[in-house]
Amino acid sequence: MQKFTTLTSPVIPLNLDNVDTDMIIPAQHLKSVSKLGFGEHVFSALRKMYPDFILNQPAYNTGKILLSKANFGCGSSREHAVWAIQQYGIQAVVCSSFSDIFFNNAAKNCLLLISLPEETIAKWIDASLADSSLAMTIDLEAQKISFMGETHSFKYDTFRKHCLINGLDDLDYLLSQEKDITAYEQKHCNISR
Amino acid sequence: MTQNIINKIWQSHVVQSKPDFPDTLYIDRILLHEVTSAQAFAELKQRGIPIRNKQNLLATVDHSIPTDKNRAVIVDEIARTQVDTLRANCKETGVTIYDIESSHQGIVHVVGPELGFTLPGTTIICGDSHTSTHGAFGALAFGVGTSEITHAMASSCILQDKPKTFKVEFKGMPNQYFTAKDAILKLISVIGIGGGKGCVIEYVGEYIRSLSMEGRMTICNMSIECGARAGLVAPDATTFAYLQGRQYAPQGAAWERAKAEWSALVSDTGASYDHEIVIDIEGAGPMLTWGINPEHAIALSGQTPALDAGGDRATLEKAYAYTGLTPGQSLKGTPIDFAFVGSCTNGRIEDLRAVAKILDGRKVSSRVTMYIVPGSEQVMAQAQAEGLDKIFIAAGADFRMPGCSMCLAMNPDKVPEGKRCVSTSNRNFIGRQGPNSITHLASPQTTAASAVLGFIASEESL
Ligand code: SF4
Repeated sequence: MQKFTTLTSPVIPLNLDNVDTDMIIPAQHLKSVSKLGFGEHVFSALRKMYPDFILNQPAYNTGKILLSKANFGCGSSREHAVWAIQQYGIQAVVCSSFSDIFFNNAAKNCLLLISLPEETIAKWIDASLADSSLAMTIDLEAQKISFMGETHSFKYDTFRKHCLINGLDDLDYLLSQEKDITAYEQKHCNISR
Repeated sequence: MTQNIINKIWQSHVVQSKPDFPDTLYIDRILLHEVTSAQAFAELKQRGIPIRNKQNLLATVDHSIPTDKNRAVIVDEIARTQVDTLRANCKETGVTIYDIESSHQGIVHVVGPELGFTLPGTTIICGDSHTSTHGAFGALAFGVGTSEITHAMASSCILQDKPKTFKVEFKGMPNQYFTAKDAILKLISVIGIGGGKGCVIEYVGEYIRSLSMEGRMTICNMSIECGARAGLVAPDATTFAYLQGRQYAPQGAAWERAKAEWSALVSDTGASYDHEIVIDIEGAGPMLTWGINPEHAIALSGQTPALDAGGDRATLEKAYAYTGLTPGQSLKGTPIDFAFVGSCTNGRIEDLRAVAKILDGRKVSSRVTMYIVPGSEQVMAQAQAEGLDKIFIAAGADFRMPGCSMCLAMNPDKVPEGKRCVSTSNRNFIGRQGPNSITHLASPQTTAASAVLGFIASEESL
């Protein structure tokens, strides 16, 4: 697993609420049986439909941080959405809120998600739309994010932070609980299950 | 201590709980399909980890398969690879698969309940967001990504933060044209597509109790469309009557014991929840969506919202631009090109019966292409036994083989560019049924009535 400590990068402002996973990676691109090859299809329908879509603008397409609004990643549970975003080169998504399944999927792939208040997000989106060269810095260890000369603290789950910083995997953690799982099964797994 | 059913099921499945760490939650059932499982099998193989309890897994094919009579021949190379990969993985690991030549193939969320694999009080996951469907049986069932499928296959557990609980009560008695689909669209239109975020919903009230298992599944199915992690209905006599005698349900003395255990699976009187809402459905009629996400739902008798009616204005503007509609208009009478009956939301026998009742002795409008796609082989066989297929064919509808079909643009069934479809499925996202297609989500009844008339209409207009 890739470790995450700090990141400084220009941002990609996606000025939308409710960005769903069908937008992030349309279903026709889900047919792969591997985890690779999704990056080139990220937001493909929107990119095709709207010539001025943000990722079609050369000034914005090198950002490693995606900035969007509320309920990001809603809809289908496809983990491909996380893979597509990462394979495109994005390492962090900053929004006012995220859907639950997307949040879990992101954590399992070391894609950093940060929630900030709506007003901050709205202001930052406006600023980056006006000036594509503005860069953002994220320090996960200190849980600080800086943009336009402002620095904000953000909340981050202790366990997920531990995993991200150390590049740890959930599965190893689960398998280390083998004894507890066996004890649970002996006690609980009966006929009505 | 008084407890709601959600917390009861959760607590009975916690293997380990530590402060600042997610709970380790035991998973009783894992459902697999061809799109989100290959990477899980591959990872386990690569790491040399066996499947912990393979009897807890069940696979079928649904998303990318064609639904024509010749469906065994998958022309799309990548879809064929997905299906073949699942077949090979199941064979190699000994996981049960209901493939297209079995009598139990179908949409994973139709097949699980039908086999009695979905049982009250269990935890169920699948790499598909509509896993919430299984909550209709009083199970805690939620969609997960491929990583969590991998984790559960390896350890029978996943890491999860404890959800918040949300009580939704439907109150009052709606009019005769209102269905379970209309109830869930109504809820989503009220609380929004993020309204259930972080929560598991328990649906309560007289209306819910009056619903069949099919109706309850329709409601739980779309819980994810308001952002909830899951939705459930406490089991009762309707649940037990549905499950009794099904293949994987306990039998004989074990059935009696299980039933006694399940009967205790209710929220205690006075149990509290993190959120509660009462949705008034007194006298309510059919609903349908006008825009580009499921919260864009209105009463069929109503008008589309003004741009400043609340919510994100940019999204509303985009929705109107995409659907070619205008604020403040009625949807009734809007010409349609396609009608789709099917999906894990409304592809069960009860839905097909409702459609047959409307199509009997009528014809689908010449401007409309109508697909009727049973949710499973069993649904198809039942429909044929009741002669519903003959009614569909006589009406000019296309009665197809089981699968996800036109619910998502991932198999050959797609709504063409620029065409308008009334659909019994669950998502009206941009391009969901095909690039640049327009979707109006509605009940099977509204879909059938619109197909007959050639424009958006309720059953009442016939
Ligand atoms: S019918 Fe549609 S929503 Fe249901 S499992 Fe298939 S693709 Fe998903």
